[in-house]
Amino acid sequence: MTDNRPVTDKRRRRFLLGGIAGAGAALLAGCDVSLQDTPTGRVLDSAENLTRGSQRLLQGRHALAREFKEADISPRFRVNGSSMPDSEEYAALLDKRFVDWRLKVDGLVARPREFSLGALKLLPARTQITRHDCVEGWGAIAKWTGVPLGDILRATGIMPSARYVVFHCADELEKTLDGSGRYYESIDLVDAFHPQTIVAYGMNGKDLSVGHGAPLRLRVERQLGYKQAKFLMRIELVDSLKGLGGGKGGYWEDRGYEWYAGI
Amino acid sequence: MKLVKKTVLVPRHALITRITHWINAICLGFLLLSGLQIFNAWPSLYWGQYGADGDPSFLSIGASREHGQLRGYLRVGDATVPTTGMLGVSRVDGQPAERAFPAWLTLPSFQDLAAGRRWHFFFAWGFAINGAIYLLSSLFSGHLRRDLVPDHAELAPRHLWHEIVAHARLRFPKGEEARHYNVLQKLSYFGVAVILLPLMVLTGLTMSPGMNAVAPFLLDLFGGRQSARAIHFITASLVVLFVLVHLAMVLLSGVWNNLRSMITGRYAIEESHHD
Repeated sequence: MTDNRPVTDKRRRRFLLGGIAGAGAALLAGCDVSLQDTPTGRVLDSAENLTRGSQRLLQGRHALAREFKEADISPRFRVNGSSMPDSEEYAALLDKRFVDWRLKVDGLVARPREFSLGALKLLPARTQITRHDCVEGWGAIAKWTGVPLGDILRATGIMPSARYVVFHCADELEKTLDGSGRYYESIDLVDAFHPQTIVAYGMNGKDLSVGHGAPLRLRVERQLGYKQAKFLMRIELVDSLKGLGGGKGGYWEDRGYEWYAGI
Repeated sequence: MKLVKKTVLVPRHALITRITHWINAICLGFLLLSGLQIFNAWPSLYWGQYGADGDPSFLSIGASREHGQLRGYLRVGDATVPTTGMLGVSRVDGQPAERAFPAWLTLPSFQDLAAGRRWHFFFAWGFAINGAIYLLSSLFSGHLRRDLVPDHAELAPRHLWHEIVAHARLRFPKGEEARHYNVLQKLSYFGVAVILLPLMVLTGLTMSPGMNAVAPFLLDLFGGRQSARAIHFITASLVVLFVLVHLAMVLLSGVWNNLRSMITGRYAIEESHHD
């Protein structure tokens, strides 16, 4: 083989490379626009489905999150999100040490019920030492005690049309007039009936503190921190997430974060 | 009889190598920029299972206020270096602002962890699938063993030293020798393709609570989620270092010839023979 290509080949190559560089710059400039509900955003969102599908396939229903030893517990556990719900209702509940607080369980259930804190503490409990992974990158380990969510759902009975469990919280992370800043979260039934998914009233052997979500918070251990809703007031079973909040299934999901937070 | 030099084009890179090379380059670019966006959300690194406020971090980028002025710093262990303008504090819309990596190094440029994650995981999938295709095909075609694994003679200290000196003098192999990768190329390509890039994927997966349930041994392998996060960052830094050296070598050892070989597959070498 001999190199007898004409000079124009070189020009063509230069043109080609210039074109690639230009397209790259244009693409990068386009990356700065908001992604929500744009074609680019939808393409990028396909990765979330791929991640959820493949993790669920590999996990099966019962693969457990790592449980740690007492000695592994973090000396400090960062308080994140709301440190204190700013409502008169919550202040009144806290004032009486949550004796008037009730966890409502309703929506697509056979027997809507209310649980007092005392009633929850009488149910069979699960204690687990697990790692809390914030989406930001930090993590902390604590011991959580609470009631398996599956037990509560079996007690109320869920209708066949129920697909998601929604957690309504007492805190407003963003102050708004229309209440769209109210914290909420949702998980599907696979996670709801996972053995480590509990509604926790105890942390490191004590009652849950206000900063960590008193009187009750969710632990769904195979997902990130923003799924671990604090200050639970009501659990609602629904067939679709569309009608709630911004329609994406959670406070942070409505603000661009993934609904499936397994990574 | 006289000695004539003739340029011949020899097949250099297989089609699969060329395609996966460029897809890899694109993915790595997006992964790096979106990765720095994600890092900015919590610009401290720890060893072990956990790490947050008050836990000892071995590296952190931050900002402090001195006489009303924002000052950026990089702290590694006990050593702190002022980095105002680049790390910790850099300009956003003309004003000094607190951010670990500057706007021009993050995707998107403004602080948006949610968007950074979407870019990162989309290209992470592309990167992992593309890398798996390359590694599997290289394994089965023999490319890995034939072209990337150095043999005993090449690994002899004398030979290695000879190559390092030659590279430092910017004297690159010519003629017959240039038909194959030299030992420094083999070591660096093997190190990146077989060690560093797979390490990026594994440490990335170790940060996933979902994957921790699937493969708990990864937590033990890397010594915890925070260690995996630190190794992810260190490995990414080594990949950036490789890319910088790689680009410099491409430029210095004949940019058009190198580029052509990675696009058309053909590489020009000079052959001399008697006429």
